Amino acid sequence: MEVPILKQGQYLIATFQAALSDADLNQLRSGLVQQVVKLRSRGVIVDVTAMDVMDSFASRTLREIAHMIRLRGAVTVIVGIQPEVAFAMVQLGLTLEDVATALDLEEGLAYLNQKFKNTH
Amino acid sequence: MTKRNETARETIALTNQSVELGRSEAPSELLRELVAHLRQNRTQLREEWVVRIAETRLLTAMTKEEIFAEATSVYDSYVEALETETFEALQAYARNLSERIIPRGVETHEVVGIVLLLRDVLARSLFAKYQTDFKKLNRILDAYEPAANRIANTVAVGFVQERERVIRQQQEAIRELSTPVLQVRERLLILPIIGVIDPQRARQLTEQLLRGIRTNRAKVVVIDITGVAAMDLTVANNLVQTVEASRLLGATVIVTGLSPEIAQTLVTIGVDLGKMNTVGDLQGGIEQAERLLGYKVVAIAGEPS
Repeated sequence: MEVPILKQGQYLIATFQAALSDADLNQLRSGLVQQVVKLRSRGVIVDVTAMDVMDSFASRTLREIAHMIRLRGAVTVIVGIQPEVAFAMVQLGLTLEDVATALDLEEGLAYLNQKFKNTH
Repeated sequence: MTKRNETARETIALTNQSVELGRSEAPSELLRELVAHLRQNRTQLREEWVVRIAETRLLTAMTKEEIFAEATSVYDSYVEALETETFEALQAYARNLSERIIPRGVETHEVVGIVLLLRDVLARSLFAKYQTDFKKLNRILDAYEPAANRIANTVAVGFVQERERVIRQQQEAIRELSTPVLQVRERLLILPIIGVIDPQRARQLTEQLLRGIRTNRAKVVVIDITGVAAMDLTVANNLVQTVEASRLLGATVIVTGLSPEIAQTLVTIGVDLGKMNTVGDLQGGIEQAERLLGYKVVAIAGEPS
């Protein structure tokens, strides 16, 4: 199942619906990296609220997305990680270092707005 | 082979049965006689039992009158259990009794002790009654002993079960009390940890905190460990994991109140504290959290500060 990428003002929003295959994740990664420059977006929000399991591949892909997007000149926020998922990830050593995280979509938008407040 | 074994066993069983039938009375008849004897001498035997309890200094937490009252009901339930050979009523009574006496500090050995004393007192009275007829005494004891042992077992197990239930209940209560996640400002939680942290409690703390972050939509969490005396490697790692997991939920964690001993331990065992935000005391932690959230505490002009 392909993950739709929505444009919302200056930001892109990708919402995971359910468990995704590795191919879907790869597709999402290349899609986001292309769109972010094409649509001149400054921020990307990846919403993983619906994921109740996060394997190492998904977590590594999330980190790669964040780093690639930074190289393309935008900021990524991962939002909606479930408490159980967060603890399981940390126990597996998947801590998404240097990737911004927020509680939910609203918080993620607030984070980006705060970040770009002075540069409108 | 198996078949033949079974047949052999059946034969043995049959022989045993015929031996029993060969005796003058069935075990139930003997028990009835026994019960009649115990009913007849109720007052005297009960008194003797209470005296023995006092002599052996059991149930010191209870007054003499209380012991006498309990002894009467225990005696009656005991005889009833012997008579009916059903243990449910006795079991219920034992549980009820335990519920009453456990809060008063009665120990397991005391409860087992008094039941065994009663068994001995009754056995002695049987010796006295049948001392002229040794064969009859033997048969009576054959009927009495298994039943008496089962009663002692029932009471002891009932007591221990009740005690375990109380302990479980208390553990649960302590566990719930020991992990409060408190909101002190909009989006600011504090988690004061007091006492010994074992891996199980550490896990529970983490779960409760992560859930608290979600329900209170917290952005900053202050974990205060002033009340923690010592910390081992497992627990320290768990603390680091808690900090990382909280960050995945979008919350910043500030750890306060690390004692010199714990700081020393953490440095010695080489826990990676680079990702941890630490402040000396709880006040400093809350102040920093307020700064992160954009609050500014100002004294009201004109009021003495």
